[in-house]
Amino acid sequence: METLIQGILLGGLYGLFALGLSLMFGVMRLTNTAHGDFIILGSFASLALVSSGLSPLQTLLVTLPLAWVLGYGLQRYVLNGTLGKDPLPSLVVTFGLSIVTQNFLLEIFSADPRAIESDGFNTLGFAISESISIGLLPMLILVLALLATFFLQWFFKNTHMGRAFRAVSDDPEIAELMGLNARQVYASATGLAFVLISISGTLQGMRTTVSPSDGPLLLLFAFESVIIGGMGSFWGTLAGAMLLGVAQQIGFRWDSGWGIWCGHMMFLIILIVRPQGLFPKTRD
Amino acid sequence: MVSGLTLVLAATLPFWGESSWMREFVEIACYLIFAMMWNLLAGYGGMVSIGQQAFFGLGGYVMLVCGNFAGINPFIAILIGALVAGVLAIPISWVAFRLQGGYFAIGTWVISEVIRLSIANMQWVGGGSGTSLTALRGIDKATRESTTYWMALACVVLSITLVYVFLRSKQGLALLAIRDNEIAAKSQGIAVGRMKLAVYVVAAIGAGLAGALYFVGNLRISVNWTAFAIFMVVIGGIGRIEGPIIGALIFWALNKFFSDYGTWYLIGLGLLAIFTTIYFKQGLWGYMQQRWGISLFPITRKLQYSSQS
Repeated sequence: METLIQGILLGGLYGLFALGLSLMFGVMRLTNTAHGDFIILGSFASLALVSSGLSPLQTLLVTLPLAWVLGYGLQRYVLNGTLGKDPLPSLVVTFGLSIVTQNFLLEIFSADPRAIESDGFNTLGFAISESISIGLLPMLILVLALLATFFLQWFFKNTHMGRAFRAVSDDPEIAELMGLNARQVYASATGLAFVLISISGTLQGMRTTVSPSDGPLLLLFAFESVIIGGMGSFWGTLAGAMLLGVAQQIGFRWDSGWGIWCGHMMFLIILIVRPQGLFPKTRD
Repeated sequence: MVSGLTLVLAATLPFWGESSWMREFVEIACYLIFAMMWNLLAGYGGMVSIGQQAFFGLGGYVMLVCGNFAGINPFIAILIGALVAGVLAIPISWVAFRLQGGYFAIGTWVISEVIRLSIANMQWVGGGSGTSLTALRGIDKATRESTTYWMALACVVLSITLVYVFLRSKQGLALLAIRDNEIAAKSQGIAVGRMKLAVYVVAAIGAGLAGALYFVGNLRISVNWTAFAIFMVVIGGIGRIEGPIIGALIFWALNKFFSDYGTWYLIGLGLLAIFTTIYFKQGLWGYMQQRWGISLFPITRKLQYSSQS
């Protein structure tokens, strides 16, 4: 029971990781292999601001606009040039960015794991029974993940920009004939993805320690959540993230060395028995 | 003619060269074979994998286990290591081939993580901290070095020849057709699935070979070798045989002179790869080829107009 609850709470965080990746792949078929490293970049950006006196929540006021600008610029001036039928250029460029980001952080912050100081907020919790208590921070993360998923679903359905995202995703050429500038729409999508990345980076840094080399692992968790959930549905992604969280918690309970291994294994098994994911909306 | 002379010179190196040269060559050979196989997989097969270090590691560990526990001659163990990597590639492909394009790339990364974690959790092969090859202790240094060198040389020549002959054959043409348009290739009667599997397995054997060879001389690996392979192939020129050769030499030289700079060196490598992908899509060799029209291993087919009719 406790494992289940912890797993779902952990899944909330993975869900936040995965939404950005899902968004970028959904809109422009771009696989961002630097996704995890950008999350860690977000953690360290908040960490640096916290150590200069801001509270973790206040740092978001600074990092979120910055993240939007960074994402928008990156897509507009670098990544747009790599899009196309061949996945290789975008993979190589994002992989290069991953190595650059990782080593840049390593140079500035060293390899020591660190956490964002939140005045003990990360240790607060409430008991729901004698043996089980839930941390306030994981609960907050889960609520945020639910809100973010709900927001994205609403955004894609009901706003002008969301419709633009769907239009360029379906067929960029026809969307351009209808007066959309696909390159600009792509840039906005990446900007939005980076806002999500920045939020999840800050939360990751508050929840646990982060070190510059953590990025690739977070990318894998995000990716597994997307595939388990099935492509094209944000709720599916969140559900996939929760399943992954539960599988990892079961593994950790059994032996701490095998927790992450268990999560990977569940992903591979689902890939074999149900390659389209558990809750697919569109088939790729 | 020139290549024959180079080969004779290279083969006799142990008799006139210094032992440090041989060590350097073995290192270059590992880079070269690994990059060559990644090029075959990604540049020709269109399967961009970020998980080839799994086969590199598998080749190395199987070689160590054979040498240390079964007492097999390390040089035969190298071949066993490569073969085991190839055999394991078959079940792995069942999972990996469910994904395409960018997701195939990350999927292979997950698989390589599973393999790494599995090996790291097994204490008897030394766990994650690495182990050393005890079987070589009985052999004296000179014999060991020259034999390793010859093995490496043979592996390099074999890999280049294999890839070259394969790409010039009918199967090679089929592979290029699949890369350019999978559906069109299928409609022309090419067995796409079998072809991709064959390339995947060959690339795994090559990666395993490079790994086993590398472990004879070096006792631990920590870095992501696929990152290096991507760098070498992209800089040298993807989708051409000369690309990884040039790339491996450049990478070896950069490594020699700049690796002391640590993080800055890696940042530089990353930026160089990004820059090359965006502005010089053909890589260094592609650029030279366009400029001067040279080709060491011609595999492109040109339409010849006959004078009659």
